[in-house]
Amino acid sequence: MPLLELKKLVKDFGGLKAVNEVSFQVEKGEILGLIGPNGSGKTTIFNCINNFYPITKGDVIFKGKSIKGLKPHKVCHLGIGRTFQVVKPLARMTVLENVTASAFCRFNTIREAQKEAVRILEFCNLDNSKEKLAKSLPIGSRKRLEIARALATRPDLILLDETAAGLNPSELDEAIDLIRRIRESGITILIVEHIMKLIMSISDRIHAINFGQTIAEGSPKEVANNPAVIEAYLGEEYARS
Amino acid sequence: MKSKNITLIVLGIFFLLFPFIIRSEYYQHLVIIALMWVVIGSSWNLLAGYTGQVSFGHAIFFGVGAYTAGIFVTKLEISAWWGMLFGGFAAMLIALFVGWVCFRLRGPYFALATLAGSEIIRLVATNWESLTDGMVGILIIQSFRSKLPYYYIVLGLAAACIYAIHLVIKSKWGYYFVSIREDQDAAESLGINTTLYKNISLLISAFFAGSAGAFYMNYMAFIDPHVVFSLHYISIMAILVGIVGGVATIMGPAVGAFVMVGVQETFRSAFFGIAPRWISEAHALVFGLLVIFVIMFMANGIVGDWGKIRRVLLRSRPSA
Repeated sequence: MPLLELKKLVKDFGGLKAVNEVSFQVEKGEILGLIGPNGSGKTTIFNCINNFYPITKGDVIFKGKSIKGLKPHKVCHLGIGRTFQVVKPLARMTVLENVTASAFCRFNTIREAQKEAVRILEFCNLDNSKEKLAKSLPIGSRKRLEIARALATRPDLILLDETAAGLNPSELDEAIDLIRRIRESGITILIVEHIMKLIMSISDRIHAINFGQTIAEGSPKEVANNPAVIEAYLGEEYARS
Repeated sequence: MKSKNITLIVLGIFFLLFPFIIRSEYYQHLVIIALMWVVIGSSWNLLAGYTGQVSFGHAIFFGVGAYTAGIFVTKLEISAWWGMLFGGFAAMLIALFVGWVCFRLRGPYFALATLAGSEIIRLVATNWESLTDGMVGILIIQSFRSKLPYYYIVLGLAAACIYAIHLVIKSKWGYYFVSIREDQDAAESLGINTTLYKNISLLISAFFAGSAGAFYMNYMAFIDPHVVFSLHYISIMAILVGIVGGVATIMGPAVGAFVMVGVQETFRSAFFGIAPRWISEAHALVFGLLVIFVIMFMANGIVGDWGKIRRVLLRSRPSA
């Protein structure tokens, strides 16, 4: 049984079909990369999975049960953590408070939640910035704070939305390392990313979409050589040659 | 930490002994009113300052508390002091409805909805004459002639309110409230039931505002809809107390309450009779100027920007 399954997911905004009958499965323990050009519906799929947007048609199955229509906080309690492409730090709280607030998802007392938060911050190499206000962090650390917050809710599946965008090369290596370590800790990952170096090197499988529709799925190598994918990214001419 | 405790103990002793130091009933009255505003301001601060849901309608809860106490006397013929508890509960009941309607909206729209709510309830109180006696108002007989019992009751209420909010803010709920203020979508995705916790914040806030309203009924012995459901004198004043003192600080509304009651009384009495009479008409204008000043130069209020204020004061001293 796959951990997460999308069944012919449709989401339209008025006349625009942002996501049109996309189906895929995420197996337990794998890293599935979701790629596609700008505006192809990747973030919309994330927002449908944790129900920020109500689904128009289709279904989302998590651990064998439909999570369609559940409030986002319920989805989180079931074990899906997410990060946001446009980071949403709780600006006027410290880094530790940010992560503690989300650790309350699994722990009830402040002491336990804080202990968990400290552990997560060490895992994400953020323990040096514990007492800083979230708004004072540079973008690289903000992206890691997003991941730390999602991890603190003890998810089985984590949705990473462009966590490497805007990072410099050394931060990028750190991010790749962090994502690998998250997988090693037993968490399944669904990742949206534009940076090919990252997505090609860490994904087990890749699912490519364009204009809200699936165009390819397979190993990173297969997808990279798929004419439809090359066309979507580089234009028709390159696909033909 | 230590010096903070000492400050609190000194303040506590001062407030306990205050009516014996200052025997003037006039000043005792002002401090009683200021302490009542500490309660209203703190309750507003929990909802608006910490949870980020700016209410323009705290008069709803204050007024419902006051009317509950009043109606206890006129209709049920029991002591208005029961209102201190049940007025709070009645305000919570109304808050459930207010939350159900208004929390569908965010930010400025929520603020406007609460504003509309307070106008609606004022009109209801004005027209439901069989229950509220409408514009005639409710007049009761004061329990005490001395100011002292009122002083200690409201002092206890203010202390209980500040302590309760302090406990809430230091708990898991406090983390959740501030998370909701900072980013409601992020909070929701972190597993926080934002609708539930916004309502919890509103209910606690409403309880204390209602309790303060019931105290007002007991103390002033007269209410009518235009006083206790007033946009200007209650809802806006609650916001001013919070902003001037410092939003999202425990002691902010307490400081703000004393400053605002002081400013209000100074102008109402035309500088205690020294200035020409027309000055008293200008107090709304001065409130406006004060808010502009606070927002421009100390956006975090007196308590929130205390470090900044102290630096400015210390810097100006050598040159003076």
